[in-house]
Parts: sequence; structure tokens; C-alpha cells
Amino acid sequence: MPSLTMNGITVEVERGTTLLQAAQFLGLPIPTLCHEDGLAPYGGCRLCVVEVVNGAKKSLQSSCTYPALDGLQVFTHSARVEKARRLLVELYVATCPQSKRIQDMASAMGVRRVRYDAKHELCIQCGLCVRMCEQQMMAGAIGFSGRGLHREVTRPFDTTSDACRQCGACLYICPVCELRCAGPDAESVLCNGCLNISTACLQTYNNAMCSLDPCHACEIDGPFRADVRVKLQPQIEFPVLAKK
Amino acid sequence: MPNHGAYPLRSLEDLQAVAKVGRQRMSPAQPKIMVGMATCGQAAGATEVLKAVREVVTQDKLPYVVSETGCIGWCSQEPLLDICIPGRPRVTYGRVTPARAKQIIRALPEPKPQWALATMPGDENTLTGLYTSYLTGEDTPLRGVKSYRDLPLFKRQLRIVMRNCGLIDPASFEEYIARGGYTALWQALRTQTPQQVVDGITKSGIRGRGGAGFPTGRKWQTVREAPGSPKYVICNADEGDPGAYMDRGVLEGDPHSVLEGMTIGAYAIGASEGIIYVREEYPLAVARMKDAIQQSETAGLLGTNIFGSGFGFTVRVVTGAGAFVCGEETALIRSIEGKVGEPQQRPPYPAVRGLNGKPTCINNVETWANVPVIVARGGEWFASIGTPGSKGTKVFSLVGNIENTALIEVPMGTTLSEIVYEIGGGIPGNRECKAIQTGGPSGGCIPASKFDLPVDYDSLTAAGSIMGSGGMIVMDDHTCMVDIAKYFLGFLEDESCGKCFSCREGTQRLKEVVQRISEGHGVEADLVLLEELSWMVREVSLCGLGQTAANPVLSTLRYFREEYLEHIDHQRCPAKVCRQLITFAIDPVTCNGCGACVQVCSGKAILGEKNKLHTIEQAHCTKCGACMDICKFDAVTVN
Repeated sequence: MPSLTMNGITVEVERGTTLLQAAQFLGLPIPTLCHEDGLAPYGGCRLCVVEVVNGAKKSLQSSCTYPALDGLQVFTHSARVEKARRLLVELYVATCPQSKRIQDMASAMGVRRVRYDAKHELCIQCGLCVRMCEQQMMAGAIGFSGRGLHREVTRPFDTTSDACRQCGACLYICPVCELRCAGPDAESVLCNGCLNISTACLQTYNNAMCSLDPCHACEIDGPFRADVRVKLQPQIEFPVLAKK
Repeated sequence: MPNHGAYPLRSLEDLQAVAKVGRQRMSPAQPKIMVGMATCGQAAGATEVLKAVREVVTQDKLPYVVSETGCIGWCSQEPLLDICIPGRPRVTYGRVTPARAKQIIRALPEPKPQWALATMPGDENTLTGLYTSYLTGEDTPLRGVKSYRDLPLFKRQLRIVMRNCGLIDPASFEEYIARGGYTALWQALRTQTPQQVVDGITKSGIRGRGGAGFPTGRKWQTVREAPGSPKYVICNADEGDPGAYMDRGVLEGDPHSVLEGMTIGAYAIGASEGIIYVREEYPLAVARMKDAIQQSETAGLLGTNIFGSGFGFTVRVVTGAGAFVCGEETALIRSIEGKVGEPQQRPPYPAVRGLNGKPTCINNVETWANVPVIVARGGEWFASIGTPGSKGTKVFSLVGNIENTALIEVPMGTTLSEIVYEIGGGIPGNRECKAIQTGGPSGGCIPASKFDLPVDYDSLTAAGSIMGSGGMIVMDDHTCMVDIAKYFLGFLEDESCGKCFSCREGTQRLKEVVQRISEGHGVEADLVLLEELSWMVREVSLCGLGQTAANPVLSTLRYFREEYLEHIDHQRCPAKVCRQLITFAIDPVTCNGCGACVQVCSGKAILGEKNKLHTIEQAHCTKCGACMDICKFDAVTVN
């Protein structure tokens, strides 16, 4: 059994355990976006990075994919880790500000400013939906296409796929779709600035990923939405920050 | 392939029989005409030259042998035509047109010294250590034409990897053997144990030529000791850096050297299957490699019981779809497995769990091509070349604003100034050299003030760049470093696989900020943002691409910070490149109203009748610079 230290605590784990599992066992909180129990680790969101000292080498590694090896020294909240996570979350908020989960994460980490223009992307490409569809729903109806700038989650040849049973698991697992702001009166810690942006209507995906009733996106894309949009314009510099 | 009565080859004598045939092919009794038919040559028009040569030889019923050859590395002079006449030194003609080729051939055996570039009386074969003369008679050098060994471009080179490039017909198995090929394989298989081969490689101190510089011997030892079977060897030929073509040169010019290296490697680590992963964009390299594999199979140098040793090995070619990230070893393995080419977590390293979950040894083309020489001449000989930390030689593609655009191979530790000013012949047009970009998109820019830097893995890394696979882009003072950073970031945002958010989004945001600066909208805080973001992308990303993606920004910021500040504080591009910050104007004194610029202006922004002074209407000017390029009188100025 490999024995390693995490934040100074020695822990023995079974072979094949990841650093994230070891940390969770010790109750060390590590933020993640692309990790779900029951799905294969992916290592795409990079939020779970921890500092790994392996011999003479000190590096940041994603804990969800890095195996717990004998003799490792791991620091889950060193200054280097925290700085990297904060800079990463700042980038997440700029890319996908409408996600409550990302905003909460930013707030918890003390990210107080975002220095990039907001992009309002609908997807952070964490790959959860793809893995959910393939590994739990056994459908494999969606996947990634393209790379870099042009990478996106899509269906084979961008058409409605017979493999898709419209089970909605992809939508359920999505960390960005979940807990969308429900309107100006909603009791939430969100600033409601998310109403100022166009929401992800999943109909744009040819209904392949939209079967929830009511759909989170449609719910707030109703008539009142337009009014709010008018009311809040011009767009404030950054929604979260305006309030803090 | 004709059987010379010796297939399958079983002994050194069999090899020598083939070598004899090869020597006759290399230096036939009749005059021999060689055309450099690598991709670089073909792009410059070598196909037409070869066609013209063949035409004139058939038409005039000349008793000449026409042969193809690979790239000798003199790219700026392509297409190259070589004439070998028994008893005389080989003569190289550069920038040959079909018409000129016909003239040269019709004049044979008399040479045309006025068009000749250089003569080659012979060369030293690094594999055998022997000097091979092409002369069967006395050396009669051409008047006024330098010999290869006196040319600054070739004088300082030491050709281990490129030992046969441009000398043999790459399609000829016999010529490769005539140059000492496959003797190292015989030596390894019949006189050494696998462990002795690995020890030889370890002793040589060779480090991976793909860029990261991991000690090859240590990698081989790990794979050798790793449990699991079958084991694989892979040749990484997914060369994708802009301006780099070393691997292509070797694959096209000397495919058997890579095959031989791989077979020796397979023997050493106990692998039975080899894969050459080449990008689809290299059709000639793919064809040459497939031919070479077939030839080796026919001759019994691939397959079962090679040289009667009981060792068996097969090789196949897998073509990649041209994703830059597939040069990363774990992504490459996934690509071979038919999955999306995305890097995976290491450990487990491919040396332990690679292709199909089995131990896999991945080395670059150049590393494999080095192997036969190390085996033939011993690890100590190889270790005597280079610097303490980096042994042997390195092939570089020297491109950009340089007199001799070339593929060169120099010992490690050669300084940048030697490469740029001596071998490269300096900067054309009496301009000043500003910087050199090494290591492709993952590398960095090293300023001219640092040109006494010896080129080896550690010095380059310390200078904020990397060795990379060996691309060297020379930049003169008309290059804007902000623009260069923007260019490489544009490449990286396209080529990042997109798996890691930090790399995918990080490269896009880096480009966004650099673009903002190049358009004159930057603020000084942007530089801090660039540094912090670069740090994060490097620290957090999974693979080598992400970890080095910020190098173009970091190195330009480190050495050319004033240039960034000039863009930010004064909205001025000192090199006059960034379009938003420059204006074109026509000098009223110099302009003679020829109208050339009016013709080329796509925006119809140049006013003025023929023979009268022209002016540029700024509102319509797209700042493409076409007027400046066409003006013969330098009347178009840029501010």
C-alpha cells in the first residue's frame, strides 16, 4: 500500500487511489468542476491542482488524475496552489459568468476582480456530459469535436443522433447549466446580472440536449426577460463585482 | 527491388555484397545527374527540373544516369542539380531552371563554373568514420568554385543524423548499405546483448531530440525493465512547429537510418512491433518510409529471425491528421489507438504503460537516426561531441531573415552567433539581427545581445527558450516582437487540444491581451496580467504544450519589455508592423507618379494621375503594405 503525506499528514491508501480520493478521505476540501464520482477522471478543469513533491521535482498536478504513489509529499492549499486556483477561477468567471457554481467558487476563494472581458460562454468543456452519456447512460450520443478554439460538445456530424434517448443526463450533470438564476426576485446570492446576458437555450442544439420540463433556460428566457434586459443596460463592467 | 542473390541477408558478407551494388549505383562509370527531390526541392520546382533532365537525356540519347536524392540542406538554393563525373569532383548547381538544366547537361562533360555553387570531392561518413572520395581520378577543382568543406555553411557542420541526406538516393536500399548502413544493426544483433546496446546509448549521453531532452538511455532502460508484453517502439514524426522541417528532411532523405535505429532500439528493449507516426501533410515522407519498410522486409532486415539472431521485428506507418498536440507522447499514443489525440496524465509514463497499456518507447526521428552511429562508433565517441550536459549534434532548420536558409547539423554548444553569422551568412539587406526564435511555438525569442549563448538544452532553457525540435527563426529589426508573440499565440490557440481549461482559455486570453496591446489599446497593468496568466497556464496545464504555451509571451516580455511599453504608452510600433499603429504616406519628392502603387492598392486608397504625385487617402487605406512592396523608388514611407 502506497504511503504518502498530505499537508503533513501521513496516509496509507490502496493502490490505484488518486490524490483527490486520498484528500477527500482526509477531509481536505479540493474544488472541482469536471469531477463526479462514478465517471472516469478527466483532468480538464484543472481546479483540483495540488502541489506534488516527487523526489526533487515540485509541480502542480491535477489531483483527480494523479495516482497516489509511495513517498509523495502533497500540499493541497500551499500558496502556489492557491494563487494558481485564484487565477484560474478568475478566468472561469470571465468565460462563464452565468454559472452559480463558478461564482460561488470565486467568492469562496476571494476572487474580487476579473480583468478580462466577459465571454458568456455556455460551456466550459469540462466533459462531464460526454462522460455521463458514455459511461453511465451507455449512449455515447455526444462528444467533442475540433480542437483548441474550435472545440465543442456536439453530436456526430452535428445532426440529431439516434443514439440520444433525450434522457437529459447531460443537462443534469452540467456544472454550468445547473442552478441558473431564476429571475430578478429570486432569493439567491447571485447578482442577477446573469439576466443581462443571453441564456443558453438548448434548443440551439437541435433539441438533442433539451428535454427538461421546465427547461432552466426557457424559464428565464420568457417575456419578462426582455424587460429586465432593457432595465439593466448598459451592461455593468462585471456582474459579480458590482455587488461586492 | 532486385535480389542480389543474397536475400534474406544473414551475415556481414551478405551486406557487403549489397554494398558493392550500392557503390556502383552511387558512383557509376557513366556521368550521373542528381536532382534534390525532397519536398523543399519539389516546392522550388525540382519536379520540372527532373523532367527536363530526363527529357534531354532520352532525346539526345545520352549515356547518363539520372537519380533522385534527398535534401542536402541548402534550402535557399533549391532546386539543386548535381553532376558527378568519374574522376572529377561532384558539382552542385543551385536555383536551376529546366532550361538551365538542359544547358548544363548538353554541355557535359564540361562544367559550367559560372552557375556552380560548390564542388564536393568527397565526404567523411560519420557512421564509418571513413572518408569517401567520389573521385576515381585526380582532383580537378573548378576555377572560382569553392569546395563544400570551405563553404561557411558546411564547414562547421558535423553530420551524424544527416549523414546520407543529399548523398544517396533515398529510394535505394543498396546505396544506404553502401554508406555503411545496417552494419550497426548486424553489430548489435550479433555481437551485443540487448543490455549492452542500452548501456552504449546511456554512455553516449544522448538526450531526446524531440524537444524535452529526456536522456534516451534512461528511457530505454525503463522500458526494458518494465513488465508486460508485447512492447512497442514508436518513432514520433509528427513535426508541427512553424518553420521546422528537420524530421521531414531525414525521413525523405534517409528513411533507412530511422528504420535501422528503431530495429536496434526494439532489440535493446525487447519490442516486437514498431510504429512510425507521421503527419498526413508529409506525403513524400510517408511514401519513402513505406517503401523503405517494404525493402527491408524483402531483404529480411524486418520480419522474423533478423540476421539469423532469432530476433523479430515489424514496423508499420500510421499517419496523423496534423494536430500539433499529437507530437506529445500520450496524445500520440491515443491517436494511434484511434482515440481523440488528447494528452493523458503521466505517471504512468508510456515507458511503463503506453500503447495498448504496454511498455512503449517513443523517440523522435532524429534520436532514432542517431542510434546506428552510436552503436557503430560507440557511446564514448558520441559523448566526446558536444557539451557536458548535451552530447552529440543537433539538426536545426535555419529560416527567417537569414542569407542561407538551410537545414544544418552542428555539434551541441555551437553558439547562436556562429549559427546566424557564420553558417547562416548573416542577415540579408544589411539589416540588423534583432532576435532568434528557437523551439517553435513552445520556445522563446532570444535577443541578438545574447548570441554568445551556446546552443544546448540547459543554456536555452535558462535563457527562457527551449531546444524544441530544432526550428530557428531569425528575425531582423523590421520584426515587431508583440506581433511575433501574437502570431505564436494564434497558432497555439488553434492547436491546443482544448482539454485543459487553463491552456484552451489561457492561450485565447493571452492572445486577446497581446492583440489589445498591438492595437494600441493596452494599459500597463496588462503586462502584469500577461505575466500572471502566463504563470498560471504554465503551472496548471497538463502537458508540454500547455506548460510551454506562454513562452512566446514570457520571453518577449523578458527581453523586449520596452517594445511592449512603446505600444502601450505611445501607441507606437517601433518596428512599424502593427497595422493599427502605423500610417503609410507617399514622399512627394521621391514619387515620380509611375502609378504602380495605384494598380496594386486593393482599397483604392491611392489617388493621383499618371506622372503626377500620388497621395494615400488614409480613410480607405487597409495598411496592407502592397504599395510599399511594389514601389521601386522607395517613395512609400511608413510611420
